[in-house]
Amino acid sequence: MIAAATLAALATVCALGAWRLTAARWTWRAPRAAILLWQSLGVTWGLASTGALLAYALEPFGRGVVHGLAYIGLHLREPHDFLRIGALMAGLALFSVLSMVLVAAGAQTLSARRRHRLLLALIARDEPRVPGVRVVDHPGAAAYCLPGLRSQVVVSAGTLRLLSPDELTAVLAHETAHVRERHDLVLLPFAALRWVLPWSKTVHDAHASVALLIEMAADDRARRQCSPKRLATALLRFGTAAAFATPHGALGASTGENVMARVNRLVKPRAELPAHVRFAIVAGSVILTASAPMLWLLPN
Amino acid sequence: MKGLGELERSIMDILWAERGPMTAREVGRLIADRDLAPTTVMTVLDRLTRKGFLTRVRDGRAWRYEPAASRDAYVAELMLEALEMTGDRSAALQRFAQAVSGSEAEILRRALTELEE
Repeated sequence: MIAAATLAALATVCALGAWRLTAARWTWRAPRAAILLWQSLGVTWGLASTGALLAYALEPFGRGVVHGLAYIGLHLREPHDFLRIGALMAGLALFSVLSMVLVAAGAQTLSARRRHRLLLALIARDEPRVPGVRVVDHPGAAAYCLPGLRSQVVVSAGTLRLLSPDELTAVLAHETAHVRERHDLVLLPFAALRWVLPWSKTVHDAHASVALLIEMAADDRARRQCSPKRLATALLRFGTAAAFATPHGALGASTGENVMARVNRLVKPRAELPAHVRFAIVAGSVILTASAPMLWLLPN
Repeated sequence: MKGLGELERSIMDILWAERGPMTAREVGRLIADRDLAPTTVMTVLDRLTRKGFLTRVRDGRAWRYEPAASRDAYVAELMLEALEMTGDRSAALQRFAQAVSGSEAEILRRALTELEE
């Protein structure tokens, strides 16, 4: 019973922790450590909630989750009471839904990128002013990176007109940071989780928090190479450049708040969290991530 | 000789500029690179058709090719995705920032004026 109870407690702790973390602001002072914490909360929540169900179902066999599953799989045994059979079904279903949605989200993202890349190859041009950057001839303001093995940074002609050369350098440094740190891979599981639980406010907020933290991490890296003030003015210029008539509901309500939060961080930087606090967050995340697999192995 | 990707671009540009469907031979005549083998043009036209960028109809013994959509339509498709307006909010792209709505834009505009003083 210990493993099942501990896993259930762990899942609850992760859910509560995620809920608290969506409202936290200290994370902005150490975005990288906070992203790691988010990732470990997500993985642990998934493994702990499925593990709790399976551990309860497989308890009579006294072999733990991993070996218990192998045992019933090999010997075609099953638990004898209905509650445990139900828990086994629920646990396996949850586990397969979570992993399948992750795979489906990955596949959908890859195919959207492939299409985007094909179109860019036919349409985007090179611009001597910004070597290595693809330019799309459109008056709207857009700057983004298309992640992948060969990531591409893309800006619109509208962006080239909108920004000063210094601001453009800052934007490109920001996008290069995304490319280098593969932030798309960080965000993918959280986007996938929104498919599984579209009604959950915590999951929605968790995705938004991680997305914002990723932007802040890229801002932090960019500011090492460019003027933070220019990055801030570029952000504001982008925010105010309403190039399109916005379709209803297309933009998040907090987009403006997020832009201001990033701008304030750049122009009035608060001290980064002290090194020992950041170390504690990283260490905590590692222990948390290791805990669920350990409990999956615990015999009882 | 140009790479295949570069050739796809030039051929799409030619077809977008023309009005009406063209045969491989007609396309070949308009390509700047004169050393190009006619079969190469055919291969690239075929590839573009398979990718869905061209449609073709029979004309006697040859095919006539035509863009499936205008260049502007593709630019619009790219930009809708870039500005996160396709509605699926996928994690396909990593955007720098997005435009905000009316009252929020006013706050940003004020902040921008302050910063620039």
